[in-house]
Amino acid sequence: MEHAGIVHRCFRCGYCKFPGDYHDFNCPPHRVFGWDTYSCGGRMWLINAWLNQEIQPSQRFAEILFSCVACANCQEYCVYPFKDDLLAVFEETKTALVNGGLAPPAVRDYFKAIHVNGNPYKLPQEQRGRWAEGTGLEEFSGQEYLFYVGCVGSYDEIGMRMARSVGLMLKEAGYSIGYLGSRETCDGNEVKVLGETGLFSLLAEENIRKFREMGVKKVITLDPHALNVFRKEYPKLGADFQVWHFTEVLGQAVKQGRIVPSPYRVRVTYHDPCYLGRHNRIFKPPRSVLKRIPDLEVVEMRRSKEDSFCCGGGGGNFFTDILGGGEDSPNRVRIREAADTGAELLAVTCPTCAKMLTDALKAEDLQGRMEVVDLAEILRRAGVGC
Amino acid sequence: MYDLKHDEKVCATCPSADCLLKCQYMEFEQDEAHEEMMKLIRGEDCRVLHECITCYGCEEYCRRGNHPFYLICERREEMGILTAPRPITNQWINMTQMQGKQKVGAVKERVMSFCFLPQLPLMGSGEIFKDLGWSFVFGAEFMCPAVHTHFAKMSVVKERLPQVLENFSELGVKEVICMHDECYGTYTSIAPAYGMEVPFRPIHYMDYLYDRLEELRDRIRLLNIRAVYQRPCSSRLSPQKLHRVGEIFRMIGVELVEREYQGENALCCGEIPRAIAGFRAASDIQRRNIQDMVDAGAQYCVFNCPACQTTLSERVVKFGLKPVHLIELCKMALGEIEMED
Amino acid sequence: MDRILQSLIDIVGEKAVSNHAEEIWYYARDPGVMPPHEPDYVVAPRTTEEVQRIVQLANRERIPIVPMGNGMALTGLVIPLKGGIVLDMKRMDRILEVNERGRYVIVEGGTSQGKLKSYLEDHYPHLRHSIPDAPAATTIAANVAIHGQGRLTQQYGFNSDMVTGLEVVLPTGEVCRIGSCSMGPYWFSKGPTLPDLSGLFLGWLGTTGIITKVGIRLYPRKKMRDVEIFVTDRDDLVADIVYRVTHTEMVEDITVWFQPKPLMFKDNNHITIYLTGDTDEELEFKRLMIWDALREFIDSKDGGFMSVQPLKPMLLEMPQRGIAAFADVPKGGGFEYSGPITLVDQYPMYAEKVKQLASKYNVVYAGTARIISGGHAMMFGISFAFNRADPDMIDRVRRAVHEATEFALDLGGIPWKPNIHEQKLAMERMDPNTLRLMKMIKQNLDPQGIMNPGNWEVG
Repeated sequence: MEHAGIVHRCFRCGYCKFPGDYHDFNCPPHRVFGWDTYSCGGRMWLINAWLNQEIQPSQRFAEILFSCVACANCQEYCVYPFKDDLLAVFEETKTALVNGGLAPPAVRDYFKAIHVNGNPYKLPQEQRGRWAEGTGLEEFSGQEYLFYVGCVGSYDEIGMRMARSVGLMLKEAGYSIGYLGSRETCDGNEVKVLGETGLFSLLAEENIRKFREMGVKKVITLDPHALNVFRKEYPKLGADFQVWHFTEVLGQAVKQGRIVPSPYRVRVTYHDPCYLGRHNRIFKPPRSVLKRIPDLEVVEMRRSKEDSFCCGGGGGNFFTDILGGGEDSPNRVRIREAADTGAELLAVTCPTCAKMLTDALKAEDLQGRMEVVDLAEILRRAGVGC
Repeated sequence: MYDLKHDEKVCATCPSADCLLKCQYMEFEQDEAHEEMMKLIRGEDCRVLHECITCYGCEEYCRRGNHPFYLICERREEMGILTAPRPITNQWINMTQMQGKQKVGAVKERVMSFCFLPQLPLMGSGEIFKDLGWSFVFGAEFMCPAVHTHFAKMSVVKERLPQVLENFSELGVKEVICMHDECYGTYTSIAPAYGMEVPFRPIHYMDYLYDRLEELRDRIRLLNIRAVYQRPCSSRLSPQKLHRVGEIFRMIGVELVEREYQGENALCCGEIPRAIAGFRAASDIQRRNIQDMVDAGAQYCVFNCPACQTTLSERVVKFGLKPVHLIELCKMALGEIEMED
Repeated sequence: MDRILQSLIDIVGEKAVSNHAEEIWYYARDPGVMPPHEPDYVVAPRTTEEVQRIVQLANRERIPIVPMGNGMALTGLVIPLKGGIVLDMKRMDRILEVNERGRYVIVEGGTSQGKLKSYLEDHYPHLRHSIPDAPAATTIAANVAIHGQGRLTQQYGFNSDMVTGLEVVLPTGEVCRIGSCSMGPYWFSKGPTLPDLSGLFLGWLGTTGIITKVGIRLYPRKKMRDVEIFVTDRDDLVADIVYRVTHTEMVEDITVWFQPKPLMFKDNNHITIYLTGDTDEELEFKRLMIWDALREFIDSKDGGFMSVQPLKPMLLEMPQRGIAAFADVPKGGGFEYSGPITLVDQYPMYAEKVKQLASKYNVVYAGTARIISGGHAMMFGISFAFNRADPDMIDRVRRAVHEATEFALDLGGIPWKPNIHEQKLAMERMDPNTLRLMKMIKQNLDPQGIMNPGNWEVG
């Protein structure tokens, strides 16, 4: 384990469990399961015990590790100099569990689906481009930007809706984009986070090779998870393309007047996706898009920006569902928090969050009060591209 | 050991005694000022030994090439007079002690010195400093030890400065861009005053800024703001660079508003006087200074020294001024830092 | 299935009980240097009724119960020395009532310091509670149960002095209210003018009952806070400096500290003085009064106010996260301390002892004194950091802390949140009749000896 040397340095002080103002526990698995063992500090201590052979790997140990949503709240608030390596420690431990055949069944199924089908939905590769049907968007053929959609945007109904919405808005803003459709391969972010390093390398190398062959120099991602892995991991494997999240691009577009929203009187709250916010420090662009819409009122949730509470879908949990449902599930906690603002719209910028929070809206029976809408759709409702 | 080059005859024949007459913090009549200086030279006890708050101003006021401030410091140390409480004096000596660990970047012949100020590495980035390619030095090993003059510890200056120069020499650098004004003053004033040879060409960061802004002129967005300049004590060691402030301001569309406490009449930020002269004296200096900034109608208070900025920022904000370092101001003009609304 | 496990599941549900190896291992230890001991079960109740039923079960089965907040006392007080049930109280974290004009709050027994702080900032911006420098995850009930201190201790005493009422599940399973809340709906007094029964639970380290609700006093939150640090290199002047500062009655909190690193702190005592005010004028007036109070030391050059601006963000934080960072000085995730309560006059002897012990045992030290009630006493924290991966260093720290406590008790100090060895040292020195009284109380309250056994065990 590369980071074994820091594992024993956790004091288990618990700052990692909280947001900056201690409002509530901000570590989703700890919020769900309640035990200290399911918090960042608990994991560190258990990993240390495992490394020292004081405990044996078990299903419970695996559940504790694989329930981590990699939301990076712990990295944000840990007081120690090794804070930036906490998620790496968890990843490396998960890798050891995967290699030792101890990954939970749902995780194994996830890997298998990616391996066999190229996506976790076990759907045919040819269907990857279905989201674009009827949009007039073009497949990539040397356009300036590759619009990379990812698995959720390609196969999930809500994700597909968001992909269409964002793709059309990018086009409206005058960006020359092309998508890959059936040529697209999973970006591998969750595969990596879940510890399957071999599969991740295959996916990443395949993507890098493909992008290079196709002459891709600039990429706009729909999914913050893809942004994260493209920006942070792919360069280590030789990738040399530039990458932006669509919110950064739309932020520039409204700033430069490439798109000009009309007045839209509505109250909106914005949910920061972990991989956009804490992981990649992109807090301002989506907010600046909203603030450029006349008459639109932005209200922040009690936990926002660095303090944002994860929807529960990160770290592969969107597919593996180790956190499970119920009143304390992160997406339901989060949607209640959003509803507390009195907002009519919950703006989302990640297909995973969009799906998780839409489900939570139904589970909490809040459909009459609030709608989960992606940022590009809000622009459309503000008259852009109509 | 290095000795201060101070020509007694120059003082004996001085027609003005400006060094003490112009002092912002002590009142002297002309004859009195002259006699005070002579007492100092003779090594006798005198007011200045007990009342000087170490603003460095006399180094600028003396136009005859002598070093009144360094002499005050020497005499204080000889006579065992502490300026600040002993634990404060020792705190500064301890915290700036060399650790044998050189923190350097990709050092080239031309290098930025961040002194030992943690604010500076962040500033030394962006388009302005791009060509330097992260060639920097930082830490106690490269810190100008001028701060110890405040505490009348010239022995520390004389012990550490040669080592700092040696550290630079070992790196083989030819030019050092002094990001801390006091470093420039140290290499161009203190070192020669003690006969120390400086093995590189010191460049004041304001000169560097000016040249870079010239090169980047087409990217400058005029800021159209009114600002005052908080002149640091260290700037008294290099008054020949003061004109750069106005020139840079003009280049980026900043109006340098006139005020009472500017140029030779500048007031100290108050941090060192707080330790030396106490709370009331420091508060009075700060109050007068900030009120002067407000009365002048400034929107921004521009700092040269990060330490002054740390000291005064909270206070100027309370009076509605925006604190900003000169480098940050330039970055604002280049669009690298957003202007506050 | 294990009968007791099933009974516990029947009480709190499956998700709130664990006897999995992972929880058993984790809840067997705290971050200090005391050796671990495994519980048989870890249980996380949500209501007083659940706690009551668990205690009744434990009585029937004669199994130990150890109530636990966040387990940060560092002295092994939540290590189940005789196994049994560890009761993780953190799911009982509701803030039940704030009486704004009466300036008190009632919280459940697992409510964290951080949660209350945040709640008051949101809903009662004029009120605050005495926040300790322990991490925000620590609980209010555990803090008062160990006579913790906080940011307002200099002004108002131990945090346990601020208790306004308790709801306790007794070791025999009865739910009992202490103070004004025992007679009516209000929680404004823990005792006076009634017999003060809160003393049966505060300081007993969880051996006489489980606090399920606690009322604590709230205090005015001024609009501004600021901080100054007065430094002196003379240990012998510290008590006098503190005396003069406390005489002004102008300060919120005072802590005195010294540490060898970073070098800027070498050889000096740092007297951190916190100020509050509603206006700049109020704050500046207080600052001036304090400067004037210390003028003699400044004039003699024995002490002075250091530049504090760069340290302010860290110093003004509540709780101070930087304190936990001490654990990583030897890059090993641990520190331990002895925190005796004693007279401020004894500061020089303690300061010398810390350095002596650090040198003797070759460990990294920090010394901190928190002034209590305007200088009536101080908590002197003798802290040593250790590397958790270095058993020898852990042992050295354990011995250093033990020697520190012996030293403190020999000087007439009393131990704060003592570990079992320190409890024995204290009881050896205690008046026999006092000891008998303690035994009497303990036996009557906990006839089966099931509450946190091993602690405060009078032989």
